[in-house]
Amino acid sequence: MKRVVITGAGTINSLGQNVQDTLGAMREGRCGISDLEFRDVDRLAIKIGGQVKGYDPETRFNRQQLALYDRFTQFTLIAAREAISQAGLEFSGELAARAGVVLGNSGGGMTTLDDNYRTVYEDGKNRVHPFVVPKLMNNAAASHVSMEFNLKGPSFTVATACASSNHAMAQAFQMVHGGLTPVMITGGSESMLCFGGVKAWEGLRVMSKDGCRPFSANRNGMVQGEGAGVFVFEEYEHARARGAEILAEVAGYAMSSDASDIVMPSKQGAARAIRGALRDARINLTEVGYINAHGTGTAANDKTESAAVADVFGAHADNLMISSTKSMHGHLIGGTGAVELLACIMALRDGVIAPTINYDEPDPECALDVVPNEAREAKVDVALSNAFAFGGLNAVLALRRHS
Amino acid sequence: MNIKDRVIGIIAEQAVLEPSDVKMDSTLEDLGIDSLGLVESIFAIEEEFDISVPFNANEPQESDFDISSVASIISGIETLVKEQS
Repeated sequence: MKRVVITGAGTINSLGQNVQDTLGAMREGRCGISDLEFRDVDRLAIKIGGQVKGYDPETRFNRQQLALYDRFTQFTLIAAREAISQAGLEFSGELAARAGVVLGNSGGGMTTLDDNYRTVYEDGKNRVHPFVVPKLMNNAAASHVSMEFNLKGPSFTVATACASSNHAMAQAFQMVHGGLTPVMITGGSESMLCFGGVKAWEGLRVMSKDGCRPFSANRNGMVQGEGAGVFVFEEYEHARARGAEILAEVAGYAMSSDASDIVMPSKQGAARAIRGALRDARINLTEVGYINAHGTGTAANDKTESAAVADVFGAHADNLMISSTKSMHGHLIGGTGAVELLACIMALRDGVIAPTINYDEPDPECALDVVPNEAREAKVDVALSNAFAFGGLNAVLALRRHS
Repeated sequence: MNIKDRVIGIIAEQAVLEPSDVKMDSTLEDLGIDSLGLVESIFAIEEEFDISVPFNANEPQESDFDISSVASIISGIETLVKEQS
């Protein structure tokens, strides 16, 4: 089996429009959550989110491209450009034929859907723009990345709600690990911050009106974010032979299904995924220094996740650090695991642990070191990234520091 | 602006050309408009004139609407505007 390393990273999210700014914000514990700005926001009960602000699509794409790119596709391409440029790869010949792109996404082109439903239902028009379907289909982002970078290998989109990106990256890892291809582009994106997108989430009564406070006793729900994270997963010898900078090693993963409830998380399902990732990566419990939590800030997730971590790690649960960066960038749903992987890379490569901000009061049901409010310096050898989705679909990635 | 100039304006915008570069005997292919560009142009024409253009991308030759040149498109639109007004 081949070793797999990360040789490129890119992002755009409410904390920053590239990796450097995003990691800078995580280091400072800055909050990217603010008042939502879009049409009909006054009809929503939830008016905050991790929205990408100060973003002008016209400076990134031409008119023809914008006619075809929903916001989630735009975000994906911006992140992919950054990641592939950092990796310094050009895709041609044999490499192009084998390399592909597997991305996570949950809602597809929700803004496109929202705008065009408005056209036919609210405005009573009987005609919609011909690109509605190619814009909203949730493989659009993967397809446009494949076209822009000439990736002709296996490409598809994975939809497992809040675990989509982790499932996608696990799949990409497996392809490189198994020798199918030396390079895969992977990660995910989401952009549901529009009237219909937020209205649908409101219905579930799990959203906070005032902020995301994971693991804090006064938490009262999740806050949605938007953006993308994209990575270059590369076979180790391939990367070494061309002298590429290695950001971290992807050591293994596991996926599990709760097979119990469509929305309530399960401690057993989460614990099986965490344990499975350690086993797959051949990592001892005590090597794990940092976990990027799923940490949504809902009552149910945070206590279930804490219990699962305590269950898996036993006494070592008190030694490791676990933080939820959703407190800063919000929950990017299908793109969340990708943006959160950046915090794992920062922990391993830079020795900086992103904090859980907005942490006000300890909760006895979440009695772990959640790195409250301020980033911390620490040398970490192994980091995990948790994602536990609605529908009971879980995926955990294990990363190692590259030395 | 008359129908002809309005249609030429739409086609020129789609082709990223000046309207003066769009000749009556130009084909869409000459102007670099592909099949996706064609359906987008038809949408823009429908919006502009509030008409419905009978065009099926699966069988463009079978449609009542002749897209073989700029002139035929303009003449087709003139007929449709008259019929549907």
